[in-house]
Amino acid sequence: MSEPTLYELSVAGRRGGLELPRADVPETELPRELIRPDNGLPELSQLDVVRHFQRLSQKNFGVDSGFYPLGSCTMKYNPRVNEEIARLPAFAHSHPLQHPSTVQGNLALIHELQEWIREIGGFAGVSLQPAAGAHGELAGLLMMRAYHEARGESGRDQVLIPDTAHGTNPASATMAGLSVLEIPSDDRGNIDLEALRAACDETTLGLMLTNPNTLGLFEERIEEVVGLVHGCGGLVYGDGANMNALAGVARPGDLGIDVMHFNLHKTFATPHGGGGPGSGAVGASEALVDYLPGPIVEVVEESERGHRVFALGSPQASIGRMCTFLGNFGMFVRAHSYIRMHGSQGLRSNSMHAVLNANYLRVQLRDTFAVPFDRMSMHEFVCQGTVEGSDAKATDVAKRLMDHGFHPPTVYFPLIVPEALMIEPTETEPKPVLDAFIAAMRDIADEAVRDVETLRNAPQATPVSRLDEGKAARELVLCDRATSAS
Amino acid sequence: MSYVPHTPIERAEMCEAVGVSEMEELFDDVPDAVRFPDLNLPQATTELELAVEVGRLAANNTPVEKGATFLGAGTYNHFIPSTVDSVLRRGEFFTAYTPYQPELSQGMLQAMFEYQSMVCQLTDMEVSNASHYDGSTALAEAVLLALDVTKGRDKVVFSPYVHPQYRAVVRTYLRGTDAALVGCDEGRSEMDQLASALDDRTAALVIQSPNFLGHFEEVEGLAEAVHEVGGLLIVVADPISLGLFRSPGSYGADVVVADGQPLGVPPSFGGPHLGIFATRRSYVRRLPGRLVGETLDRSGRRGYVLTLSTREQHIRRARATSNICTNSGLTALAAAVYLATMGKAGLRRAAELCYQRSHYAAKRIGALEGFEVNPHAPDQPFFKEFVVQLPAPVEHVNRVLLEEHGILGGYDLGQDYAHLGQHMLVAVTEMNTRADIDRLVDALEVLRPGANG
Repeated sequence: MSEPTLYELSVAGRRGGLELPRADVPETELPRELIRPDNGLPELSQLDVVRHFQRLSQKNFGVDSGFYPLGSCTMKYNPRVNEEIARLPAFAHSHPLQHPSTVQGNLALIHELQEWIREIGGFAGVSLQPAAGAHGELAGLLMMRAYHEARGESGRDQVLIPDTAHGTNPASATMAGLSVLEIPSDDRGNIDLEALRAACDETTLGLMLTNPNTLGLFEERIEEVVGLVHGCGGLVYGDGANMNALAGVARPGDLGIDVMHFNLHKTFATPHGGGGPGSGAVGASEALVDYLPGPIVEVVEESERGHRVFALGSPQASIGRMCTFLGNFGMFVRAHSYIRMHGSQGLRSNSMHAVLNANYLRVQLRDTFAVPFDRMSMHEFVCQGTVEGSDAKATDVAKRLMDHGFHPPTVYFPLIVPEALMIEPTETEPKPVLDAFIAAMRDIADEAVRDVETLRNAPQATPVSRLDEGKAARELVLCDRATSAS
Repeated sequence: MSYVPHTPIERAEMCEAVGVSEMEELFDDVPDAVRFPDLNLPQATTELELAVEVGRLAANNTPVEKGATFLGAGTYNHFIPSTVDSVLRRGEFFTAYTPYQPELSQGMLQAMFEYQSMVCQLTDMEVSNASHYDGSTALAEAVLLALDVTKGRDKVVFSPYVHPQYRAVVRTYLRGTDAALVGCDEGRSEMDQLASALDDRTAALVIQSPNFLGHFEEVEGLAEAVHEVGGLLIVVADPISLGLFRSPGSYGADVVVADGQPLGVPPSFGGPHLGIFATRRSYVRRLPGRLVGETLDRSGRRGYVLTLSTREQHIRRARATSNICTNSGLTALAAAVYLATMGKAGLRRAAELCYQRSHYAAKRIGALEGFEVNPHAPDQPFFKEFVVQLPAPVEHVNRVLLEEHGILGGYDLGQDYAHLGQHMLVAVTEMNTRADIDRLVDALEVLRPGANG
């Protein structure tokens, strides 16, 4: 059933919404010429509002609803305790411009998280400021640019990006005012070393490397890749979207990565929120640490008994601010709790089980859906969503999974695999869930041959069937038509 | 505490299926020398212990009553109706990803469509995206939009009373361009002075209204002036003020941005907030970020999808309008629930209360000997913030207010404006009652020159 919009539910003069106190002060005349006649908002009772959003929530699917194997997104369990802690009034109601002496708890928490992420990544320093992964990429590229400029090498304006990279990588490079050279993959799913060698020269700013890459594969010759880029004077950026394979397993800094973002909303289980807010902490090697975005939290005083006083500081050659204040503090609190609960062994155990789950799905599904780069994967793998003897597409398989109660994998990405399904189960799913998913995928493969129409008409068990995206883009209805009636 | 559910038997079965005897073998591709480091992290803890430990950290913050908070400057202490968090805690919303699969995401998509609709109404613009990180990054993207649609221009004229941190963020984003931010360091904001800085290299004029000092800017003729040279007018707005006061769209803005935190999002030490970004329909194909559109399903039922994705990084890659992917979905949902709950009358009332109570506070403080309110612009109308020239350094006044009265005082403007040393920016909202304000005034009175304080 279609849910009316807020404006369709609105009735002029409706009561029971929200009442605020009367003004208890002598009245000041309003500046008439600045007053608007109408602010255009709807008029609803509180019950209208609560029912409306309750019904909308019932039309949405989250990790809490069921298995959500969306590749490169790390849809793991979001611990409830983190939600409680982030809402403690001392955190949630503290103001970012309070004097540091009044927010030592916040600053201590931020400092601890900076240190822990530095340790997990093997870096010299960390700034928590970027608000999301792509925001961290932009920060990292600006840092790389500033580093080269400081060395008188401002001619370095080319970023090497593998053809398997997330779309944010080239988009971030453009925003940083840089040009992009795409590097192909070889037949094992690694960066093509010869192509990389040929591309590395005095115009190379650096390489953006996702490791494991979006095929879910660990770069087998990582040391040579990093060596080639460093050899030509370039730097290596790490896209940390896939860190859930490596936390506690290998430190990107130890692998020679110079600067990298972490997605706290992936690896460290802060909720994705239906598309954010996230948090994209950036770690940097010794060479780049002075360029980190600021402010960051520093220890300014430490007593003999270990009592520390914290304050805000800015790295010496900082690229500046990426956003207001310190970044998404509410996400820091959640990630801090998550890392604190897990410790070194717990994080490694998460990565190991994430990788075990992905490989288990890979070996169980590869006879049904071809896996083009079929070797031991990390936390995700890519198969082709096509079946011999059927012309069903990956999208048909994905939509049909919804009727089985599963969220589909990432589809049509990475671009180098036709009809790609990118599957990331995460560590918090037990074997019975994975087995049910395997059974559903096999069912769908059978059905694709037997009754392809059912796949093409899927999903049927959802609030709406397939939506006409062409119509949406052609007609561009971007605001409720009922607003004009209000 | 581990949330890994595997039993030893399941783990053994899965290892066998994969063809390894132990999980460590899954990582043979990782170079030996760096594999399995011992991380120097504290020992793992349980949920129970965690709550105690983090509670201790939280206790190191000085608690301040909401009514005793007079600090704003970009993050505000506004009322959050109880409906907001009850919706935000729905797992279907907060544990979902970006709505790439619309059939399973109609709830979030419709909520974002409604968010866009209400933002367009409040700002009087035609198109709103589904949110940005915060107000400052929304502004930075608005500036990039202006540079793009006025191809070849390299100058962005800023009022000095755009939030100092917003200007800093724009400067960071401009590192990737050849453009420069000009006109903002004179310490004066007379609009005709800004208008005189406009020329045929100007991509945009950026103002904030109410500005960083709380005043409504004199906007008459501003849009015409910048349009005359072919540039865009970008306005940073306060979303609560839009409940009562004229919208940027009504005076010709081309892009309106704002930090949406006042709309149902707690200050949270500065984040997460949300960035509001609204513009004219003619710029829709240059819009950064996600956009929700209405359409039909195969049975003719109404539904919602992410649309014009060809602007975005996952399709267009290096030629995308922005690199943004994750935005502020959940805090935009908070704003939608907030606006729906407050409604037409509620938001107007909240804005009125801010106006009335801040003016009461300004009058009372202005009457104190040694204190002057808005000395730089006594006749300019203001909304919920105003400037107080103090008889003592701001830091000293704030220390006394907090330590002796439990009051969180205002922002020290001397940090950003050389000519505003010993000037404090005071924020008064619907959360500060007359009694709270009187308490502040009494506390300040003791600080007047010659008082026995």
